[in-house]
Amino acid sequence: MPGLIVSPAPHIRSDVSIEKIMYSVIIALIPATACGVYFFGAHVISIIVACILSALCAEYVALRLMGKQFVMDGSAIITGLLLALCLPPRIPLWMAALGAAFAIAFAKCAFGGLGHNIFNPALVGRIFLLASWPVAMTTWIMPFTYDAVTTATPLDLWKMQQIATPHLNLALGNVSGCIGETSAVAILIGGVFLIAKRYIDWRTPLSYIATVGILMLLLGQDPVFHILAGGLFLGAFFMATDYVTTPITREGRIIFGIGAGLIVVVIRLIGGYPEGVAFSILLMNAFTPLIDRHVKPRVYGVKRKKIFTSPGDK
Amino acid sequence: MLKSRSFRAGIHPPGSKITAGRPIERAKLPPFVTILLHQHVGAPCKPLVREGDEVKTGQKIGDSDSLVSAPVHASISGVVKEISTQLSPIGREVQGIRIESDGRDEWVRMEEINPGNASKREIIARIREAGIVGLGGAAFPTSVKLSPPEGKEIDTVILNGAECEPGITADHRLMVEQPDKILKGMAIIMKVVEADRGFIGIEDNKRDAIERVSEAVEREADKRIKVIALKTKYPQGEAGILIKTVVNRETPAGSHSYDIGVIVHNVSTAKAIHDAVYDGIPLVERVVTVTGDVRAPKNLVTRIGTSFYKLIEECGGVKGDAGKILSGGLMQGIAGYQDVPVIKSTGCIIVLSREKSKLPEERACLRCGTCVEVCPIGLIPTILGKLAAEGRFEECMEYHIQDCMGCGCCTYVCPSKIPLTQLIDYGKAELKKRAG
Repeated sequence: MPGLIVSPAPHIRSDVSIEKIMYSVIIALIPATACGVYFFGAHVISIIVACILSALCAEYVALRLMGKQFVMDGSAIITGLLLALCLPPRIPLWMAALGAAFAIAFAKCAFGGLGHNIFNPALVGRIFLLASWPVAMTTWIMPFTYDAVTTATPLDLWKMQQIATPHLNLALGNVSGCIGETSAVAILIGGVFLIAKRYIDWRTPLSYIATVGILMLLLGQDPVFHILAGGLFLGAFFMATDYVTTPITREGRIIFGIGAGLIVVVIRLIGGYPEGVAFSILLMNAFTPLIDRHVKPRVYGVKRKKIFTSPGDK
Repeated sequence: MLKSRSFRAGIHPPGSKITAGRPIERAKLPPFVTILLHQHVGAPCKPLVREGDEVKTGQKIGDSDSLVSAPVHASISGVVKEISTQLSPIGREVQGIRIESDGRDEWVRMEEINPGNASKREIIARIREAGIVGLGGAAFPTSVKLSPPEGKEIDTVILNGAECEPGITADHRLMVEQPDKILKGMAIIMKVVEADRGFIGIEDNKRDAIERVSEAVEREADKRIKVIALKTKYPQGEAGILIKTVVNRETPAGSHSYDIGVIVHNVSTAKAIHDAVYDGIPLVERVVTVTGDVRAPKNLVTRIGTSFYKLIEECGGVKGDAGKILSGGLMQGIAGYQDVPVIKSTGCIIVLSREKSKLPEERACLRCGTCVEVCPIGLIPTILGKLAAEGRFEECMEYHIQDCMGCGCCTYVCPSKIPLTQLIDYGKAELKKRAG
């Protein structure tokens, strides 16, 4: 028989591809995005579109400059969308677009593109904007108010004036805050979808959120408030689970979640910012290579359960 | 019904067992066979015949003085036409003896042995003389496996009837159709290694096999033997995984299963042992599943040395255009580029259409960790693959590369379609080369 193909085993592959995972994440973000549009008006659609288009253009240009081929794998769309979801609803469009371009060009492509970056691009974009335009990045509106009547987020209210926001409002999302972070329920729906599809590991969001809840409880704070307020859910389900920038083992992911939770608590209770999710994840991103170096699964036939191994161990 | 046992990690590839319900048929007597002199792990055989010699079915035509080896036998009667270098289904170039059939299929058999009266030594000698090797694919000489080093006590014999490889149904059919012979073979194994309990592990997608074998166990009324249902999950049939699932023991890295008192044999091997001992028949034929994109997939009792292409023809030929021809299952089979003869470890021949043979495009690793999740050994395949690709073999050792059993789960699940198993195999081969 002529022209037989010789290739190594296995000869069947699962039908999961990069695109399938990326577009599932985008689908999982639809409830949170829809809530953002519902609460903060159709204007936020233009912010989301600006971020996504800017991210795609930035990736195209950056990859071309690097002599690499641009592949429409959906990852830049996720970065653009995630960034938009953690921006204030009345941010100027050019600012949002610039943030997305910065995220892709400097936090992703500069490191070598998909699979090679150390820090979560969307969060780098957010921190870049926060450092550059702190006022625009902390100007909030109440839900269903279409003019920019500035207000405070639930975490601001708690930190500055010790005012608590009802749990139900936090869960549903009719509070002020970033476009896509206010509705814990909407984010949870998307997160559960991804967990059910086995595209993300439940260990990360669970260990992250549980750490914040338990520590806040131990420190005499309202744990439910702290879990639901701010960007914890969005961060826990969609950013702390980013494959590229978080640990590769289950054990490592639990450590990542606990570490990030700890940092959130420290920032919220001691630090100057009312929120700490973005910083907590970025800081843990920096620890990821270290976690991956030392935390390995137990190998079959190796007697003792040893989570921490040093590279010299045999 | 028995409750199925399982193991951590692994994958659920499509079973593709289209021949599961098809009874074993006898393949046509081939017009010629090519008996390879190296079909097993260990030393190759030297030919015992010369070109022009007449041989009978079952006659020993190749043997070796080496401790680890197994003789080979003529699988048809006829004339030795040629002794030359041949390609084996596992891609090695080895010596082979081509026999042209005289169409009479005249046999020579060995004397029958009553295992009840025979000594251990006699039985092991018979198993060696019959040329029996592990028929599950490993092809390790069975007589050697049945002679563990002095001081190693075996308390448990496990028969491997998991057949977790997608595509293959040879063991499945054998268990359904000839469970008594399998059990008798098992009893011989248990006698030889002096084990006091035996398990037969069968995946629960083979309910009929579980039933038939259980019935046979009842008939034998051998209280020492138990049938264990296993959850259908790949690679349940890897010996180490099977041992862990059945008796919850792990073979320490770098040692053998006899170090933990267990010996695993394939169900087909047990049947071959039965034939050799009770009937004096050497290993000259085996069940081969011919499946995939052929018109009439079958389970065929095939003489060793039969041409792959002849068997494919016998199953109606290729449906459409052949892209790959595999020796073995879809997960671990070896793709060949020309006709090769069936060897003792050939359990399956799969034809894949050109469409199904397309190689996926490799992309950058996302670090999604799915390979880590599915690795039954607990390795980090993506890091191993990367280290091997970069030639950092010493570091591969730190990540336990030598413990990889090559099951292919990581490559199967990888969304970036990175050939992780191949990279890890490359790393293992390089390390072996360096070790000398």
